[in-house]
Amino acid sequence: MRQFAARAALEEKTRLKRRSKTLPAAEPEPGPRIRPAAPEDVRSIIALDEDVTGLAKPRYWQDLYERYGSTRREGRFFLVAEGEGRIEGFIIGEVRAWEFGSPPCGWIFAIQVRPKGRLKGTGTRLFAAMCDCFRRAGVEKVRTMLARDNALIHSFFRSQGMMAGPFIELEMSLD
Amino acid sequence: MKLQKATYFALYAVLELAADPARQLSAVEIAEKYGISAHHLAKVLRGLGRAGIVDSTRGVGGGYRFAGNAKRLTLLDVIRLFEPLGNERSASGEQHPNNAAGRALKLVLNEIDEHAAATFRSITISTMLKIMAQRLASEPTKETRRPRARPEGRGSGSRTGSTG
Repeated sequence: MRQFAARAALEEKTRLKRRSKTLPAAEPEPGPRIRPAAPEDVRSIIALDEDVTGLAKPRYWQDLYERYGSTRREGRFFLVAEGEGRIEGFIIGEVRAWEFGSPPCGWIFAIQVRPKGRLKGTGTRLFAAMCDCFRRAGVEKVRTMLARDNALIHSFFRSQGMMAGPFIELEMSLD
Repeated sequence: MKLQKATYFALYAVLELAADPARQLSAVEIAEKYGISAHHLAKVLRGLGRAGIVDSTRGVGGGYRFAGNAKRLTLLDVIRLFEPLGNERSASGEQHPNNAAGRALKLVLNEIDEHAAATFRSITISTMLKIMAQRLASEPTKETRRPRARPEGRGSGSRTGSTG
């Protein structure tokens, strides 16, 4: 992981240049502040997720916070969007190296925005902040995986400039 | 992946008109830009008009304008107006023999179709316009494109000029 920190200065220098590779999305309107998640946010995150999915998963989110938020481990990021005194959304990601033979890259594996607070640029803001975290960590790619029938989140990532990557996900039933 | 000619024409027209929703263009103007049949495009534009994606004005100075919501309208929405996609295709006549080979082939083709449909469903016209702008920005213009360096000419690579 030290190599990522060592590359951070160089990354900063080329950051603007690389940013031009992302889609020229309209700047989101002034909105929620993006910051690292804090212990007191977990309750709001659980409620937000329950609001979206209809299923409360307190142990899951507490565990994720402990692994990605509380210790601020290098290459792990748990960010929240805070506006008007409440959590409007969150995003979780980490730098993973050499899985499936891939060089280090950033993976986003959770993003959610409060349904009534959507279409205000909160998701775009969270995504951009996570990409900045990955850039500072020294990686040049960001990836995610999503359900094929989830048109909402699929459209969101597409609108941010994401395209199909070089990997194919396969599965089989273990009957 | 190959789409039908009418579908391509529809996508060209929608992208061209959505790039500037205030602008009105005739079928001939769009057809000339894309090097396609104006007669065929006019028929396609009537289909887009019936779907509420474009508005048309008749008479001198008339033409078509984008009337959809670029942030909501997806490639799949446009494609489906002109051809079936994925599972809809088998429902519209594409048949496979009802034996092991036919069923296995159908399974694989369905997998491909589902991926294609999900991709088209995920890309809005607004996202397409962003992709187009990005590609335009990253492509060197004729004026700034540099000729390939010739092995024998040390300074030849630094000259600017049109390379066609």
